[in-house]
Amino acid sequence: MLTLRHLSKAYVAGTPVLQDVTLEITARGITAIIGASGTGKSTLIRCINRLVEPTAGEILFEGTDLAKLTGQALRHARRHIGMVFQEYNLVERLTVIENLLSGRLGYVSAWRAWRRKFPPEDIRRAFELLDVVGLAGFAHQRADALSGGQRQRVGIARAVMQEPTLLLADEPTSSLDPKTSVEIMELLAQIARSRGIPVLINMHDVELAKRFADRIIGMKDGRVVFDGRPAELDDAMLTTIYGGRGWLQ
Amino acid sequence: MGEPVAAALPADPFPRSLWPRVAAVALVVYIFYACAQLEVSWERVATGLHNAARFFSRLFPPNFSRWDLLVKGLSESLEIAVLASALGIVLALPLGLCAARNLMPPWVTWPAKLVIVMSRSFHPVIVAILFVKAVGFGALAGILALTVASIGFIGKLFTEAIEEISLKQVEAIRATGAPFASVLAFGVLPQVFSRFIGFATYQLDSNLRNSTMVGIVGAGGIGGTLFAAFQRFDYDFVCAILIAIITLIMAGEILATAVRAIFIENATLRDLFRRGAAMRRVRHAEED
Repeated sequence: MLTLRHLSKAYVAGTPVLQDVTLEITARGITAIIGASGTGKSTLIRCINRLVEPTAGEILFEGTDLAKLTGQALRHARRHIGMVFQEYNLVERLTVIENLLSGRLGYVSAWRAWRRKFPPEDIRRAFELLDVVGLAGFAHQRADALSGGQRQRVGIARAVMQEPTLLLADEPTSSLDPKTSVEIMELLAQIARSRGIPVLINMHDVELAKRFADRIIGMKDGRVVFDGRPAELDDAMLTTIYGGRGWLQ
Repeated sequence: MGEPVAAALPADPFPRSLWPRVAAVALVVYIFYACAQLEVSWERVATGLHNAARFFSRLFPPNFSRWDLLVKGLSESLEIAVLASALGIVLALPLGLCAARNLMPPWVTWPAKLVIVMSRSFHPVIVAILFVKAVGFGALAGILALTVASIGFIGKLFTEAIEEISLKQVEAIRATGAPFASVLAFGVLPQVFSRFIGFATYQLDSNLRNSTMVGIVGAGGIGGTLFAAFQRFDYDFVCAILIAIITLIMAGEILATAVRAIFIENATLRDLFRRGAAMRRVRHAEED
């Protein structure tokens, strides 16, 4: 499905953020990446759909190396990778339904996009999906009128509109309150289940990761230091990942 | 004991620097120098005011007897302004987009910025003189001159608006696999649309004002009529023309405000009328 081989990234030459990461994401379900701030979790996620250019390594996705793609081939690969962002990254001045339909832009020609002519099938699906994420009736509200939790639901629906075969989420709950965070994680878990696709999520919250993830990857200083089931993540391992132990109570 | 002395402060929170003071003194000195150079004096201002009073007394009452000339000039000015604004906006959009450094590579932004800066270098009247020489007397020269002015103004502001957008929203659209043109349509333009309406209406306003002026150098519009009336000392007709110009500018202003309210604040036409009524009510309430 998705295989990362010896992936490295250095924003400044000589100070690598990602060092030789090799991972395989095969199973459906949620894979959570945990680790302290600045360990390269975001960079790892963003390298996968090439929002960040990796310095070295391979990103094998559905049989092709994404690291080598450019132009149209890269855009076509991106269509199959949905992405959910920490700060939602909705287009604030567009309506909810326009934001959802923007998930189809990889499939619709620019000429149609400029005239806002989406296929009826896409429009029907957008309204269905709005219902699924619990925002029926919000279609014509502007995105900047929504609350954080509602915005993230729109963000998730936009990613699902792409009909992705892989869903990436970069700290999707970090800007939300605890209750809303759980609701958003439940929604992501439900999508992973119902669509049978792998979901790769960066997280700060270890408890939330343990509760929802089928697999946890721990990162420290740009390297993978833990890869296993949530039950295998013990205090000793957490100390290795985050350092210190005072915060563990 | 007692108050701590000033010397005990660890550092002065408002350090005074020398150069701003030197610059201020230099500015004052230059102002006196320029006055002397240009022979500006109170006596001259006083005699000038006397002449101005005589001139103003001859302006009234305004003479609207040659209204056909007035209407012809005004409608030509209006046409010049609308055509120049439309053409200017159409040309400035792609140019402004090309000049945005956060979307385009340097080899695209530099030529685009150069064209925009060149369009802004000269006052519309100077550009109008050039176009009168090039294409002859008449409205075409005025249209071209104001188009150039519009390109400079809208191009610059549009570029700045695009350079200030949130790239997070653009990133999200890019992540869907959208082609560049679709990223523009969904990620970039929605973020700058309301500001664009703002400066497009402002430019129309500005073009209306300038279109009454380019006629002075023979580029069409009411300016030519105004200039001719001045030279024949038809001051009452001059007054009529000035009143007509003020009316035109005010009408443009009202239209621009309405367009902004509709596009930026999502107001409907009915809201606009209602708002006018509401404001009148407030005024009455204050008077009571």
